[in-house]
Amino acid sequence: MNHIVHNGGLYKRPFNEAFEETPMLVAVLTYVGYGVLTLFGYLRDFMRQWKIEKCQNATEREEQKDFVPLYQDFENFYNRNLYMRIRDSWNRPICSVPGAKVDMMERVSHDYNWTFTYTGRVIKDVINMGSYNYLGFAQKAGTCQEAAAKVLSQYGAGVCSTRQEMGNLDKHEELEKLVATFLGVESAMVYGMGFATNSMNIPALVGKGCLILSDELNHASLVLGARLSGATIRIFKHNNMQSLEKLLKDAIVHGQPRTRRPWKKILILVEGIYSMEGSIVRLPEVIALKKKYKSYLYLDEAHSIGALGPNGRGVVDYFGLSPEDVDVMMGTFTKSFGAAGGYIGGKKELIDYLRTHSHSAVYATSMSPPVVEQIIASMKCIMGEDGTLVLISPVGKARVQQLAENTRYFRRRLKGMGFIIYGNEDSPIVPLMLYMPAKIGAFGREMLKRNIGVVVVGFPATPIIESRARFCLSAAHTKEMLDTALKEVDEVGDLLQLKYSRHRLVPLLDRPFDETTYEETED
Amino acid sequence: VQEKEELIEEWQPEPLVSPVPKDHPALNYNIVSGPPTHIITVNGKECINFASFNFLGLLDNEKVKSAAQASLKKYGVGTCGPRGFYGTFDVHLELEERLAKFMRTEEAIIYSYGFATIASAIPAYSKRGDIVFVDEAACFAIQKGLQASRSNIKLFKHNDMADLERLLKEQETEDQKNPRKARVTRRFIVVEGLYMNTGDVCPLPELIKLKYKYKVRIFLEESLSFGVLGEHGRGITEHFGINIDDIDLISANMENSLASIGGFCCGRSFIIDHQRLSGQGYCFSASLPPLLAAAAIEALNIMEDNPDIFQTLRAKCERIHKALQGISGLKVVGESFSPALHLQLEKSCGSREDDMKLLKRVVDYCMNTGIALTQARYLEKEEKCLPPPSIRVVITVEQTEQELDKAASLLKEAAQSVLN
Repeated sequence: MNHIVHNGGLYKRPFNEAFEETPMLVAVLTYVGYGVLTLFGYLRDFMRQWKIEKCQNATEREEQKDFVPLYQDFENFYNRNLYMRIRDSWNRPICSVPGAKVDMMERVSHDYNWTFTYTGRVIKDVINMGSYNYLGFAQKAGTCQEAAAKVLSQYGAGVCSTRQEMGNLDKHEELEKLVATFLGVESAMVYGMGFATNSMNIPALVGKGCLILSDELNHASLVLGARLSGATIRIFKHNNMQSLEKLLKDAIVHGQPRTRRPWKKILILVEGIYSMEGSIVRLPEVIALKKKYKSYLYLDEAHSIGALGPNGRGVVDYFGLSPEDVDVMMGTFTKSFGAAGGYIGGKKELIDYLRTHSHSAVYATSMSPPVVEQIIASMKCIMGEDGTLVLISPVGKARVQQLAENTRYFRRRLKGMGFIIYGNEDSPIVPLMLYMPAKIGAFGREMLKRNIGVVVVGFPATPIIESRARFCLSAAHTKEMLDTALKEVDEVGDLLQLKYSRHRLVPLLDRPFDETTYEETED
Repeated sequence: VQEKEELIEEWQPEPLVSPVPKDHPALNYNIVSGPPTHIITVNGKECINFASFNFLGLLDNEKVKSAAQASLKKYGVGTCGPRGFYGTFDVHLELEERLAKFMRTEEAIIYSYGFATIASAIPAYSKRGDIVFVDEAACFAIQKGLQASRSNIKLFKHNDMADLERLLKEQETEDQKNPRKARVTRRFIVVEGLYMNTGDVCPLPELIKLKYKYKVRIFLEESLSFGVLGEHGRGITEHFGINIDDIDLISANMENSLASIGGFCCGRSFIIDHQRLSGQGYCFSASLPPLLAAAAIEALNIMEDNPDIFQTLRAKCERIHKALQGISGLKVVGESFSPALHLQLEKSCGSREDDMKLLKRVVDYCMNTGIALTQARYLEKEEKCLPPPSIRVVITVEQTEQELDKAASLLKEAAQSVLN
């Protein structure tokens, strides 16, 4: 279902999100495919058990054979018999900077993926459509890298202490001020790992007696943080505002499940861009609901910070809203800033509370100084040398615009070819549906043969019949690279019969991209 | 419907966070200007660093820094992806190989954050219904890993093997009542090599005996003992001369001795390989920046080439341990060869807050006279067994004998002036 929404003036621009339904024949064939694989899996297990086939698995020690088995047999069934066959699509080692083109180490397997050997050859200049490099800051030369090198020689690589003890460097304070200016919030705090930012701070904010309303497709870190907090968790359908409103109403009216006492607080957990679907959160409606029902909003902008919005400030900027409406703005530096780590921004009270109560500040080592410098340099590059500028520098604007242009062009061309593409028109993550298990492995391998590196995902990261290939666009991709990639995807799509879409779009004339495109409506 | 509208109108939530008083002990961080090395500038004053876990002094080492620089020039800073999606660099593979070779195990796996290492390793193996016996003084990362695993947790008194045996026997009688359930319930013991909270070692030989007697697997957390104990720095297994295959999983972080960032787990392939698909901090998080991995490799090289630094470190620890005995009002908590000691108040003032204020005055006295110290920080409401307030004293190989003696005498002075 395609819907273009102008929900009573909440949205200042059209919101085009589409999830085409799985064609019936394809669904049936996919189930059949999995059924065949399962049968073969049982057969192979049987043969391995009766020693007809050599068992390549690592096994328990002789001395510990009478201990309770560490893994359940069935747990590993999927691993042994399905994952192992196409294991070469993942964990591909690279040996250069993960920019628009990357060098990969060639590896072969002589025993059907049980072990790999490296031939020593390097596959050069593979077009990289798998790394999260949205603004193209993964570079091995340039101002950011030079600044990081200087800080590395001055400060060293590690810190050896926690923020509350002796690990709070002047660099961290500088970075936190800069992040707060970048986001437009009062204050911010940074952490060494994006995953840990969620899993260590959500428990500090909510506890027993509170309610968490979490989106169906939230990231593992949000789920873990919610579980560790001890609060009650309720799930609403992905990006579905009616489902969220119903849960909010029920929560306030009925209170806690057994005692009927009112909830202490309600926290809504959403992400800016969902990395498996490519969908963007309906932020204006979420904020309207949050205000109406007096709950708090935790926005995880891991993929959207830097990648969306005319000024690169994320999903809040994209919808033209005020950062004050979001209670907790969380994000990571791994994707758009070419570094590592996460941050939380918000009111000064919130950040002071986190400085004293966050698990990470007390028990985890602070961020490494060269990584901090990379973030500072890349943020200054986007914002302009003078950190007090709230707008965007010409260099930053060029990158943001290049990314937006690449996104629109790539999506339009792929849809025009007849593939089923999920997600929002403006999201730089492009999931292309594969469905059938054999095509997962085939797509990854065929694209690598043609010198293009893509990411394929299957169960359990996605529902079992909805496996997909995921393209991550970058401001570093030039139009030539995208055209090469599109040509190859077209070829492979015909070879593997992936063009399932039944709603073929009329291809638009390629218009020159200019600043006003953000205000135009797309026909 | 009218009622519902009213209820929605009336409901008032708590504020998102409760306000923090301005004089909260943890609110005002020490600001370190410049690198946190041997001579450290804290809050504008130059001091000798007795607070950073830089045991082998590798934070400032030129070889380590140049290895990291070379990696920075080749790869940039970030990896832009998790290990599964083009985030595996040849540096990571090399570091894993080197760590496995150094520890003499089959395989090793790297995490990008020290805290996440053990907190992701435990839930990968221990699930709902399994039983974990853990020491009371286990660090917070282990507690979070156990909480995430949803297993049954049984705490035994710190380093008390009799208490652990009692719990194991109780479990045995439970098993006999329900043998079917017992056959699928996994059991684990989680201990630390050198405890962060108390500075002593776990009695590993007795634990191995208990392991085979009651068929329990052992997970060993070696963050403080890696690169410190043992003739070549291989940790507590080398210290006690135990076959490393007897320990099911060794987990450590690279943020102490190796002066880098991140953590690793090592052990047999049968065990470690499982984490590549079910370790949450491994699969769902970006991989370690290559420059930090290169720094860790170079640090390992230095450790392998200079095995005498471990002996030097131990000698310094013994020296200061002796020198700190007999300070009136403060008692030393920790083994004589432990590089991370605690100084606790001999007699408490009555409340934890007052104790902490008193210790803060001791710390401030020392900072003003040139020794950088810190209080050990905990989350008071979250810890299962909260240790008493203390000052953390960290010994590194870079500290000279004069500096050690100076630190000891300054602490004596501070204790005299503040506590009397």
